[in-house]
Amino acid sequence: MAEREQIKRSTTSRSDDAAVEEVPSTKTKKGDELKAELDDLLDEIDEVLEENAEEFVRSYVQKGGQ
Amino acid sequence: MAITKVLGMETEYGIVIRGGAESNPVAASSALINAYVSERSRRVGWDFEDETPGRDARGFGREASMPPEVETHLVNTVLTNGARYYVDHAHPEYSTPECANVYDVVLYDRAGEMILADSVRFATALLGPGQSVVVLKNNSDGKGNSYGNHENYLLDRSVPFSRVITGVIPHFVTRQIFTGSGKVGCEVPPPDGRHVDFQLTQRADFFEEVVGLETTLKRPIINTRDEPHSDSHKYRRLHVIVGDANMSEVASFLKVGSTAVILSMVEDDWFTRAGKDFSLRSPVAALREVSYDLSLTAPLELQDGRTMTALEMQWEHLALAKKYSESCGLDSVGGETVGRDILNRWEDVLSALEADPMSLSGQLDWVAKLRLFEGYRDRHGLSWSDHRLRAMDLQYHDVAPGRSLFARLGMETLFSPEEVRRAVDEPPETTRAYFRGKCLQRWAPAIAAANWDSIVFDLGREPLCRVPMLEPLRGTRAHVEGLLARVTSPAELIEALSS
Repeated sequence: MAEREQIKRSTTSRSDDAAVEEVPSTKTKKGDELKAELDDLLDEIDEVLEENAEEFVRSYVQKGGQ
Repeated sequence: MAITKVLGMETEYGIVIRGGAESNPVAASSALINAYVSERSRRVGWDFEDETPGRDARGFGREASMPPEVETHLVNTVLTNGARYYVDHAHPEYSTPECANVYDVVLYDRAGEMILADSVRFATALLGPGQSVVVLKNNSDGKGNSYGNHENYLLDRSVPFSRVITGVIPHFVTRQIFTGSGKVGCEVPPPDGRHVDFQLTQRADFFEEVVGLETTLKRPIINTRDEPHSDSHKYRRLHVIVGDANMSEVASFLKVGSTAVILSMVEDDWFTRAGKDFSLRSPVAALREVSYDLSLTAPLELQDGRTMTALEMQWEHLALAKKYSESCGLDSVGGETVGRDILNRWEDVLSALEADPMSLSGQLDWVAKLRLFEGYRDRHGLSWSDHRLRAMDLQYHDVAPGRSLFARLGMETLFSPEEVRRAVDEPPETTRAYFRGKCLQRWAPAIAAANWDSIVFDLGREPLCRVPMLEPLRGTRAHVEGLLARVTSPAELIEALSS
């Protein structure tokens, strides 16, 4: 088992692909309802997202933390 | 037997002033906390601003056991819920009062968010038109600078520290699959040159050592700071710097709960007794590997040659914890009910992570973020490097309810807003924080300084009276409520305590 998993490790360099695949499985499980809920949320988020997002991201610098 | 895990959480918040000239974080942090203190002092009759910093400089608030980096000339206050609220380096920081129950420490950390949100409102009202204070409960600015959310666990001093190190590191590495707050991108290039669009945790990028004293550079997985803020012959305080600040109450509960259980097992030498050793070959590399691995399938190499995924290792830990609880009980984490809730929640989350991680979008921060960001990317056809995703990644953690993306997700909560609001003012009842908080509520003007392990009263005559509180589980409601009801002044209190 150990050897098999060690081999697998070298092939999982783009691990995010696997997680992207997880999303459809949830969608099929809960169907349109979940999709609609997420859409509503995304509509709302567009309204509250920081107006000048790019400047906000650029200016947010936090030095001196533990 | 494992001792009661007295718990605390310290959170350094990110801060920026929007709409003005360049934001100075130290000045902004001071303005934020001063705004809170002056607004609230009208209600509790406490003048921190004039009193406390000066007294601290004379040394009463700074016992030998205080962290060496405490800058006492900066704002540094104690609140009526027993918490500490202060400027640490360039951040506003809130330390929960000591709690003897995992639910309590999550509740008091949430109360801290409410205190910061109140502070934002008060401070913004004092700023010029078009300006506002933004405070984030996260751990990274996205540019390679990190700030911490530290957990604290009281341990039995007689347990060899080497056993603590061996026992808890595998958990710190693998618990990330449910403790992670999620982050867009990667701030330290991965050694193998891979590309990371999104990772489980805010903090994993910033750890370079396995064990060490540092907290601001070359951060270690195990921090060796040894200041128990209590009887150092009996106790050790494990200062855990490796975790993320959680917005999700469920993630926060499971982070502290699972760790408190594991530490109880370490105290009772349960890993040795069960013949289990999960020591990792390269803990620092494994920490980052787990954080990058959204599929939860990356095998981690153990020192004995085996490999195990983070999820598999968590199942092993849970199985051991269940056997431990059957044999020794879980009184050490706040009672059997709390212990059972931790184990049940732990099992539910691991099962869901195994079956379909996205089903935890109402419980875990990293999953909630990933689902939201993927939805947003789909809708607008964005690449992961788009600044709007980075802005969302920050704004998820905004403490202001109107701006917080987390608040709009309607995730599962453990406490009502009323319970959190009450914890802003009232101390927990089962530690010395109760005595501290109640004294501050009643006699703030007569308190020269307060600290984790003492309160200094100024009775208007020399010398000042220091009340030591070296035992974290003394000074509880059960211990002192009757006494506090009998006395009518600080002088009477001191007299009663002296007799």
